Amino acid sequence: MAKITAGVATSHVPAVGAAIDMGRTEDDYWKPMFQGYEFSKSWIKTNNPDVAIIVYNDHASYFGMEIMPTFAIGVAESFEVCDEGYGPRPVPSVEGAPELATHLAASLILDDFDLTVLNVLEVDHGLTVPLSLMYGTPDKWPSKVIPLAVNVVMYPQPSGERCLSLGKAIRRAVEEFDEDLNVQIWGTGGMSHQIQGARAGLINLPWDQKFMDDLVDQPEVLQYKPHLEYMREAGSEGVELIMWLIMRGALGDKVDEVHRFNHVPASNTSVGHLILTPQGGNA
Amino acid sequence: MKPDFEQFKDLPGTTIFTIEKGREGFQLNEFCMSLRKEENRRRFLADERSYLDEWEMTEDQKQAVLTRDFQKMLDNGGNVYFLSKIFAAEGLSYVQAVSTMTDMNVEQYQAMMLAGGRNVEGWRSKKERDVA
Repeated sequence: MAKITAGVATSHVPAVGAAIDMGRTEDDYWKPMFQGYEFSKSWIKTNNPDVAIIVYNDHASYFGMEIMPTFAIGVAESFEVCDEGYGPRPVPSVEGAPELATHLAASLILDDFDLTVLNVLEVDHGLTVPLSLMYGTPDKWPSKVIPLAVNVVMYPQPSGERCLSLGKAIRRAVEEFDEDLNVQIWGTGGMSHQIQGARAGLINLPWDQKFMDDLVDQPEVLQYKPHLEYMREAGSEGVELIMWLIMRGALGDKVDEVHRFNHVPASNTSVGHLILTPQGGNA
Repeated sequence: MKPDFEQFKDLPGTTIFTIEKGREGFQLNEFCMSLRKEENRRRFLADERSYLDEWEMTEDQKQAVLTRDFQKMLDNGGNVYFLSKIFAAEGLSYVQAVSTMTDMNVEQYQAMMLAGGRNVEGWRSKKERDVA
């Protein structure tokens, strides 16, 4: 049986990808942020999953306004890297896990989560920056990936309740898969940031830290947080944090906190990062 | 559930991109998506007006693009992730472009970010902002 062995949460700031691609991770500006991921890079060497389900959002890179799925799952053999306007990031293309992905898609749809099925998908910084943060700059990504794209760009985004429930359904679906696979789920985006309007640059670190506390200890409280509260307290783009709820829902009731890191700023953003494992060994 | 689009109008200095704004800005955002291709970026920068005239955008939208008035683009249905394709075509970063929507220059904006970012106090709502 496949099982979810850990969850990773991380911001996915595009400038972080640019800093890696341009070899600037040792610069004074960037060094303290990348140091927060050193633990994670060594942790994942001994805890590398067969498959990482990466919950992320597309930033008008693959999905335009012609088609805007609320939840979409990539079931292809591989996913190319988008040109987001600066040319594609010079990172490896992403290998998919079609057998598990099609099983997940079917199981979730039958459980009333009406996912859009993607046989073609190009992935953007929302998915590749977390890979770079966890794995550095390998020639080939060490795990297969199932992209799970969530609309957080256009209101209405899915509710927190829906996101937490989707995570729970993902956990059940993974455990129904016969092959013995070590599966992780990564929730990306956030934390507080706003990149538009006169209020741009908003950061709310105390709110971010409370969100992390609640995500670990009482995620059921977070599911009722309205979109407006994310936008008001964590900036218009802070609403990306609903994607962390999907990750958390897939880890079961109780989790152990393996690693936590916060850093302000990376470009316009408050960076937050967690590694969580299901309590009780998930045996 | 009845959608409440009005609730976002209380947020100061913020334009929430809703499904309604998506209708209003559809052609503007489609134009932006076209700039994902290097060939189109070159054509756009070589003759911006001609390139914009290939799209069924309003004149206000076109003027906002030509003058790089990002707030005006937001007001006319643009979304910042779409609009990023315009400043990316010119090699500008998010910080460089985003700062133009504030009352700061880019150096002041970067200094604010390094000092911990914009404090939410006084910026939660228009009401709070008026009394702050």
